Amino acid sequence: MENGVITAGLEKYFNPETTEEVKVTEGTHAASYAVGLARVKVISAYPITPQTSIVEKLSEMCASGEIDAEFIKVESEHSAMACVIGSESTGARSFTATSSQGLALMHEELHWAAGARLPVVMVNVNRALGAPWNIWADQSDSLAQRDTGWVQLYAESNQEVLDMVLQAYRLAEEIMLPVMVNMDAFFLSHTTEPVAIPKQHLVDQFLPGYNPKFKMDIKDPRAFGGLATPDRYMELRYNIQKSMEGALDLIPKIADEYDAIIKRHHGGLVEEYLTEDAEYLLVTSGTITGTSRIVVDAFRNKGIKVGLLKMRVFRPFPVKVVQESAGRAKKIAVIDRNISFGQSGIFFNELKSALYNLETRPLINGYVAGLGGRDVTPSTIEKVINHLIAAEKGEDLIWMELNYESDEI
Amino acid sequence: MSQMKFEIPKIELMKSGHVACPGCGASMAMRYALKALGQNTMIVIPACCWAIIDGPSPCSVNGVPVFHTAFETAAITATGIKAGLSRQGDNDTTVMAWAGDGGTFDIGLQALSGAAERNEDIIYVCYDNEAYMNTGIQRSSATPWGAWTTTTPTKTPKSRPKKNIIDILLAHHIPYVATASVAYPDDFIRKMKKAKSIRGMKFIQILSPCPPGWKSAPEQSVHISRLAVNSKVFPLYEVEDGYRYKISLNHKNIPVEEYLKHQGRFKHLSKEQIKQIQVDTDTKWEVLMKKVEMGELFSEN
Ligand SMILES: Cc1ncc(C[n+]2csc(CCOP(=O)(O)OP(=O)(O)O)c2C)c(N)n1
Ligand code: SF4
Ligand SMILES: [Mg+2]
Repeated sequence: MENGVITAGLEKYFNPETTEEVKVTEGTHAASYAVGLARVKVISAYPITPQTSIVEKLSEMCASGEIDAEFIKVESEHSAMACVIGSESTGARSFTATSSQGLALMHEELHWAAGARLPVVMVNVNRALGAPWNIWADQSDSLAQRDTGWVQLYAESNQEVLDMVLQAYRLAEEIMLPVMVNMDAFFLSHTTEPVAIPKQHLVDQFLPGYNPKFKMDIKDPRAFGGLATPDRYMELRYNIQKSMEGALDLIPKIADEYDAIIKRHHGGLVEEYLTEDAEYLLVTSGTITGTSRIVVDAFRNKGIKVGLLKMRVFRPFPVKVVQESAGRAKKIAVIDRNISFGQSGIFFNELKSALYNLETRPLINGYVAGLGGRDVTPSTIEKVINHLIAAEKGEDLIWMELNYESDEI
Repeated sequence: MSQMKFEIPKIELMKSGHVACPGCGASMAMRYALKALGQNTMIVIPACCWAIIDGPSPCSVNGVPVFHTAFETAAITATGIKAGLSRQGDNDTTVMAWAGDGGTFDIGLQALSGAAERNEDIIYVCYDNEAYMNTGIQRSSATPWGAWTTTTPTKTPKSRPKKNIIDILLAHHIPYVATASVAYPDDFIRKMKKAKSIRGMKFIQILSPCPPGWKSAPEQSVHISRLAVNSKVFPLYEVEDGYRYKISLNHKNIPVEEYLKHQGRFKHLSKEQIKQIQVDTDTKWEVLMKKVEMGELFSEN
C-alpha cells in the first residue's frame, strides 16, 4: 500500500474517523511524526545509528515548517539531555532521542532530569553497547538506566511507537518525571509498517498544552536544584517513588483515554495474550513479542495451553499485574534480549522478584536470546517453550542458540 | 578625552546571606554582574563553589531565577533555557551561565565550544579562581605555571602554563569576548551591560581571588586583583567580532613579584622562577599588543 488515505479493507486497523492518513513508515519516522503531533517546542539531539533518521526527519520537519520547534543540534548526547533539561525548566515541551553509546553518555543527565522533576520525553532505539562495536537490537542500553528515575516503556510496532510517544507526554507531565520510549534497533527503527497518523485536533484534545506549577520565571524567582541537605534529600526521593507508583494507575488510564479519543489501544502496563487459562506463560518485550504470538498460536493449535505476557512498562515495574497474570501459570519463561553480567536476563530477574511473595510460586526460567541483533525466530521461541514444558525446576539463565559452548537445548 | 564618571548601579539583586568565604572574589563578581544585568536575568550554575554560595535549598541569595545543573553543562543548559523562553515568546530575558574555571576550561569546554560555535544567545561568565576550589583546591588547566595546589604540591608545582581560554573562545568567531577584574567593577559592569546588548554568544572571564585557595588574606582580595591587572598577569581587554581588540585601561608596570608575593600558593618559587614568570608575562603582553595592532589594521581596511 502507499502513503495516503486509508486503503479499502484496512478500516479494521485504522479508524477512518480518527486517522488523518496512513503512512508506510519506519519506526524512527513514526516517532518523529509523534513529536510533531505533540506540538513539541524544543528538540535537541545528536545522531547515532539507528536513531539517526529521527534527527534527520525532525530537521526536515522543522525546516519545512511542518513543526514549529527549535531544534538545537548539539555536540553530544550529554549536551542534548542537558539542553532539554534547560528548556523543560522553562515549561517548554521538549524532546530528544538517542541509542546505545549515546544513552550511556547521557547517564548523569538522566538522573538530573528525573531529580529536577522535568517531564522530558525521549525515544531510545535499543542497540547493543561496545566493545566490540555492534549497532543491532539489544536492550542492555536502556536497562542499564534502570535506576535513573525514568519511566521506561517498550513498543512492539511502529504504530505503538507513535501512540506511545503521545501517551508518554501525558504521563510525564502528570507525574513530573521523564519518560523513555524504547523501540528495537532495525526491527522497528528501520522496518516500514503502515502507521495511522491521528488527526491533530484529536491529539490536541488528548494532549493539551503543558503548563507546570513551577518553572524558571523572572516574575517568580526561585532556585532549582540547589543543595539539599540530608534532612531534605530523602523526602525528595520518596516523592519520586510515589510519583512512579502513581504511574502504575495512570498508564492504563491514559491508554484508555487515548482509546476513547483516537480509538486505538495497545494494552496498559502489560498486554495479555491468551493468558487467562495459560499453563505455560511466555514473557516478552519489544519485537520478540510479535514473533511469539505466532508461536503461541501454534502451540494452542496443538492443544497446549501457552499464553503470552507482553511487558510494555519496565519502570515502574508492574508488580501487581505480573503477580495476577503470571501467578496463574504453572511455568513461566522470560525471554531477555539483554543481560546483567554476573546475574541473568534483566526482565527475568525483575519478574522473579515480583513473584517471590506469592503463596504458590510458579516455576520460572530465564532465557537470554538475540543479543546484539541476532534473530529470535519462531524456532527459537518454540525451543524455549519446549524447554519450559520439560523443565522440572527453575533455571535463572539459559543461553539460547549459542554458536559455541552450545547448550543441550 | 575626559574621563566620564561611572556610577555603580544602586540595585542590589544579590541579597545578604551567601555562604562564600570572606574575601571571595566569586561572590563579589556575582553581585556586580547582577547590578549590570538587572532583574530580567536567569542564572545557570554548574557544580562549583557558586553551587554552594547561593545557599542550600530552599534558600537562594540571587533574587533572580537560578537553575543548578551538572558540572559540564553550564553553556548548554543556558542554551536550553534560552530556547525554551524564546519558543514561548520571551526574547528579552538574559540567560547567564556562571561557571568556575574547572567547569569552563576543563570538563565544560566541549559544551561551551558547542554553544560558541552555534553562537547561542547567552552570556557565559567564567569566574576564574585558577583551581577546583569547591573540591578543596586541585589544579585545573587555569592554574598558572608554578602554583601550588593540593594536586600540584610544592615539590612538583604546576609545570604547564595557564590555558588561554580567551584565544579558544576567539577561535569560535563569537561577537564578544572580554576579561574582567573584581578590582575594576565599573569596567566589569560596563562589559556586562555591553554583553547584554549584543545578540549571540558572549564570554567574560573574571579573575576571582580565593583566599583559601590562593593562601592570601581575605582583606587583600581586591588589592591582589588590582596587582594582577597592573602587573599584566591578567590584563583587561575586550574583543569584538573576533578581532577588534581593545585594552580596557592603562596598565601600570608593576613587577609580577608584587602580585605573587601576597599569595602563599607561590611562596615556594625561587628568584629565577619569578624572573621566568616576569619574562613570560612580558612576552604575552607583547603578543597582546600585536593583536591589538592587527585588529586596528583590519578595522581600518
Ligand atoms: C562530573 C563531575 N565530576 C566531578 C565533580 C566534582 N566537582 C564538583 S565542583 C568541582 C570543581 C569545580 O571547580 P571550578 O569549576 O573551578 O569551580 P570552583 O569550585 O573553583 O568555584 C569538582 C571537581 C562533579 N560535581 N561532577
Ligand atoms: S573556596 Fe574560594 S571560591 Fe570558594 S567560596 Fe571560598 S573563597 Fe570563594
Ligand atoms: Mg575554580
